[in-house]
Amino acid sequence: MSIESGEAHRLLWQMVRIRRFEEKCAELYSAGHIRGFLHLYIGEEAIAAGALPELRADDSILGTYREHGHALARGVPAGAIMAEMFGKREGCSGGRGGSMHLFDVSRRFFGGNAIVGGALPLAVGFALAEQMRGTDRVVACFFGEGAMAEGEFHESANLAALWKLPVMFLCENNLYAMGTALGRSQSNVDLCEKAHGYGMRALSVDGMDVLEVRDAMRRAVASVRAGEGPIFVEFRTYRFRAHSMFDPELYRDKAEVAAWRQRCPIERFVRTALEREWLDDAGVAAIESEVAAEIDEAVAIAHAGTWEPLEALERDVYVRAPAAPAARA
Amino acid sequence: MSTTIRTTYREALRMGLRDALARDERAFLMGEDVAHYGGTYAVSKSLHGEFGEDRVRDTPLSESGFVGAGIGAAMNGMRPIVEVMTVNFSLLALDQIVNNAATLRHMSGGQIEVPVVIRMTTGAGRQLAAQHSHSLEVWYAHVPGLRVVAPATLADARGMLWTALQDPDPVVIFEHAMLLPMEGELDADAGAVDIDHAAVRRPGTQLSLITYGGSLHKCLEAAEVLAREGVDAEVLDLRTLRPLDVDAIVASVTKTRRALVVDEGWKTCSLAAEIMALIVEHAFYDLDAPLARVCSAEVPIPYPKHLEDAALPQVGRIVAAACEVLSR
Amino acid sequence: MIEFRMPSLGADMEDGVFVEWCVAPGEPVARGQVACVVETQKGAIEVEIWDAGTVARLIAEPGQRIPVGQTMAIVASAGEDWQAVATSTATLAAPAAAVAALSPLAQAPAAPAAGLPSQPARVPAATGRPALPPRASPAARRRAAELGVDLDALAAATAGAPINVAEVERAAATAAARTAATGAAEAGATAAAPAAASPEAAMRAAIAAAMTRSKREIPHYYLGSEIEVERALQWLEEFNAPRPLAQRVLFAALALRAVALALREVPDLNGRFVDGRFHRSEAIHVGVVTSLRGGGVVVPAVHDADRLTLPELMASLRDVVARARSGRLRSSDLADSTITLTNLGDLGVETVYGVIYPPQVALVGLGRVVSRAAVRGGAIVATRTVNATLSGDHRVTDGLAGARFLTALRARFDDPQAP
Repeated sequence: MSIESGEAHRLLWQMVRIRRFEEKCAELYSAGHIRGFLHLYIGEEAIAAGALPELRADDSILGTYREHGHALARGVPAGAIMAEMFGKREGCSGGRGGSMHLFDVSRRFFGGNAIVGGALPLAVGFALAEQMRGTDRVVACFFGEGAMAEGEFHESANLAALWKLPVMFLCENNLYAMGTALGRSQSNVDLCEKAHGYGMRALSVDGMDVLEVRDAMRRAVASVRAGEGPIFVEFRTYRFRAHSMFDPELYRDKAEVAAWRQRCPIERFVRTALEREWLDDAGVAAIESEVAAEIDEAVAIAHAGTWEPLEALERDVYVRAPAAPAARA
Repeated sequence: MSTTIRTTYREALRMGLRDALARDERAFLMGEDVAHYGGTYAVSKSLHGEFGEDRVRDTPLSESGFVGAGIGAAMNGMRPIVEVMTVNFSLLALDQIVNNAATLRHMSGGQIEVPVVIRMTTGAGRQLAAQHSHSLEVWYAHVPGLRVVAPATLADARGMLWTALQDPDPVVIFEHAMLLPMEGELDADAGAVDIDHAAVRRPGTQLSLITYGGSLHKCLEAAEVLAREGVDAEVLDLRTLRPLDVDAIVASVTKTRRALVVDEGWKTCSLAAEIMALIVEHAFYDLDAPLARVCSAEVPIPYPKHLEDAALPQVGRIVAAACEVLSR
Repeated sequence: MIEFRMPSLGADMEDGVFVEWCVAPGEPVARGQVACVVETQKGAIEVEIWDAGTVARLIAEPGQRIPVGQTMAIVASAGEDWQAVATSTATLAAPAAAVAALSPLAQAPAAPAAGLPSQPARVPAATGRPALPPRASPAARRRAAELGVDLDALAAATAGAPINVAEVERAAATAAARTAATGAAEAGATAAAPAAASPEAAMRAAIAAAMTRSKREIPHYYLGSEIEVERALQWLEEFNAPRPLAQRVLFAALALRAVALALREVPDLNGRFVDGRFHRSEAIHVGVVTSLRGGGVVVPAVHDADRLTLPELMASLRDVVARARSGRLRSSDLADSTITLTNLGDLGVETVYGVIYPPQVALVGLGRVVSRAAVRGGAIVATRTVNATLSGDHRVTDGLAGARFLTALRARFDDPQAP
């Protein structure tokens, strides 16, 4: 396992940034500034932080409704994300999407999809377009293991493998589809076997280890870019917090949560980095203060953001507005 | 004076497809059995030979998967034409069409365009019973973010596709299965047509017959019967089911003061209901008689011929309903 | 000092039942630490504290139902003495207004309060049993209002069958014919007409209804101008000189043409006010107030008065007046006028102050032609003038439009040959 100079700093910075940003989200939610559903990624940061830097700017990314971390790691400004959660015009989706629908087309970040499995067919289409145009761009589609019970996963996996499309099926297996444990919803809990069933390459990675995520993703991206067809990657992970804010977690033991918290990807990476002297204590502290400043600024941007006027209610439904009935003569 | 060619609705659809594939290299056709089989209804017959398997692409039987792929490809710069065998099967793709195609522009704050065209056959009349015969256009016409069109003439079958493909928003095209063998004259140089406006197919002064798709020709026939009885009926072909051309509907009713809506969908919560509501909202004081409609009977379309016929709008029922409206 | 409040965990959470504290006074707390457990409708939830500090005072007690936003504990910030904070806040009751402070979304633009009507909708009077309106189509109702047809009477005559536009127009034509034919007084022969005491009374009632509505609904303004017509009259005399009597043109026709052409320049006086809006009319159909020999008036229209040559106009005027007086008017004669002209000069009136005929928006009045002494080039000369007046609907036009019309009318009389 090698690491370039500066990379350790970047990886830790990204994970801390996601963690602190989401803690702030939980606080702002409790205070009523953020509404709707808020699904936090806390515990799973190593995946977004490790995987996304392996993609190129012209690759495309599709995500789920637990996508704050992916948006941040893709470079969507924290202020634009926070303003989006406030429902402000300055949000990365103009305030129309909220937490579950973050979009930034300029960074080829295509959401933010709150239908479980809903983005998988879209990703196949994205990859089909790249294949037909003969580019070497890849399409990365994140989803949870719950989506693998949906027909859309199976239809998409079949199409992608059948047409050898440059699409990456990136499964963040956090063991619970909302409150339903994997073993209670899948006849076969070996997710890679499902991909193998479609003749697709598949691998399973420790999603709590940012370096393992990075290395696996680097190899996977290279193979897809080289035209080897789609790939399935399972990231084994765990969300430390509830499914969404209003969830008393009746479905899992506190002991189980505590055990997984011992494997916190941030603490684990900090230990490694200090041991191997990639970072020192001052460097870690500097990251915390840098991130704190960025998040304060993001919250300020969100507070200062503006509400859209009611007259704009029906914008962005059609490009060519449907003609209103003419005033009666 | 332009020359005309004798052709069919089916061939006109194919001309539209060929035209689109030839003119725009981003366009491709995708669906179940569109290539080697030649299209379930032979609409795309021979096209895969002309354009190759890449651009006339057979898909597995996975409506949600390939309709979603069409939407994704559209988001990523292509101009996909996705064929779904019938509107009944399209329900398997409803998630992709309603939750993705129709919403992405809005929930991304206007960043995303979904220039996909989804074609599907609709309608009854071939004794295909209750899983191949329904007219569910109104399900799609209910959804903001979609455009829904229904070509009923050779010119529209030939020309709507190209205009739909140029539209930055998703367009759903309903092709009535009973029209496929319809023969007629088409301008040799026929091309793209607008998809925003209704068309008066037969001007008249005493009664507006408002309809679309497969029912258009039944209404025209009914209007002929009425003419022999001395009644001058107007026939309005809606052409676009969302957004509806309210001005054209109001203009016709303002002129005739009486309206009968003919819609092959079921009566309850139908397009006919929407059109009647629009008339009442916009032309109440021009009405001289209660509005009426002829829709399909409230039953899954049955298999036996005599029952299927009885379930659908027919010329006789249209004439009878028209006489009822005129008698009030 | 930090107030630790009942959090909002969803829009569907209004309060929580306090279960237990996981911290104690004097205990330092870190950001994100679980401070207490709250029972919600979904189950028990561990509540985190978002500020670091030292717990000073616990307010909430097990079993209490606490609204979202209400303070549950006081935490001393870094640098504060937690015991001092506890003492200083000992009397602090849980602020009742905290909930309001927790709704930042309330700052969002007020949602559709604007959707509510500013005035209560009209409701039928609660007392008495309101009579049901006659069953007439919407188009028939509007037509009946335009033509002054009494739908109740018509409904009685049609035994309650739904009334359509054609029936309204027939009734209007019949009524006009009957009133026009009052001299003959063959009332018994016409059976289908609405019941009324007498044709004269019916006409009086119709005029009363129209004029009452006009004075109730239309804010009139009145303008008047003395217009010299000497040149026009001399031209007309020359025009008539070579013509046989039957082809001669009366001043009334010349004036009608002048009014119609002047209207082209001020089109906002020509049209109808319907459904709360003015609808300008391209066509100029001038209703000419015609007195009937038996009493009463009718106002038949001279259609397209601005497009007819003077002889055509004269013929048209003769035709409608003759038909009005013989009771042969058609419904279109009565319904189509877009403005009214009343010429009472023959009766010796000098100035007319007219009442607009709804739904029109203007009425032009002409008085008697009189000889006047006028100063021209410093010399006193004899000339002839007429007083022209305009009654305008102030909802649609202002005095400016009226003044422009009278100026245009003056120009027409000055140049009677102009096309």
